[in-house]
Amino acid sequence: MSEAVKEVAKSDRPQFRNIHVTQLANYRLPLAGLVSILHRISGLFMFLLLPFILFLLDRSLTSESTFEYFRILTSGWFIKLVILALSWSYLHHFCAGVRHLVMDMHIGLDKDAARQSSVVVLAVSLVLAVLVALKLFGAF
Amino acid sequence: MANNNIGPKRLVVGAHYGLKDWLAQRITAIVMAVYTIVLLLAFLTGSNFSYDGWAGLFAQQWFKMMTFVVFVALFYHAWVGVRDIWMDYVKSVSVRLALQVATILWLIACAGWAVQILWRV
Repeated sequence: MSEAVKEVAKSDRPQFRNIHVTQLANYRLPLAGLVSILHRISGLFMFLLLPFILFLLDRSLTSESTFEYFRILTSGWFIKLVILALSWSYLHHFCAGVRHLVMDMHIGLDKDAARQSSVVVLAVSLVLAVLVALKLFGAF
Repeated sequence: MANNNIGPKRLVVGAHYGLKDWLAQRITAIVMAVYTIVLLLAFLTGSNFSYDGWAGLFAQQWFKMMTFVVFVALFYHAWVGVRDIWMDYVKSVSVRLALQVATILWLIACAGWAVQILWRV
């Protein structure tokens, strides 16, 4: 009998592995998971664009002539799109971070509450990003 | 308390690994969040959207110092986050170490740039 148990253990033991990169597109992430991976992506995106952000700050502050250069540079549509992407990254990272801090205090940890707060994070950061977009492209 | 950090009885396991960075990530996040609100208030209550208004804000010593502290918080925060990313996705120890060292050097360089920008105004 002990041998039978051994054999079953050897052949039928299930293996749990992380999903492969190629499976990512078909994987339906729960909303809290979406907020989580966007938190990571937005953080990395801002880290990678750090020199661009410092460059903009540098041009905007150094002198009146560099400020003028900054104005002209940031009036181009592509740079505006980059700034919009950075703004959304910041807003999402900010809101998801506040959610983290609240959860650190053991508030809203169960499945339903976590889902609700992830909806709030996505909604608030998207609405604010739309406001930034309207402002950037001169709607008001 | 006995000194457990030397010799064969050195403490090599325990619950403290990562606690410091976890806490630092939270504290730096709060510092940046407060600064964001201060900056937004300064922006929304100000009416002088010219170079003079913008540079005037950064010309004040307290604002320079606060901004510098926020930059340091930002770079520490970014270090913790980016290190997490390298630890999660880069399996090769040598590549991971190289990326981590590069991240630290890069963030220190950016800190120098930030100081230059701030104290030139």
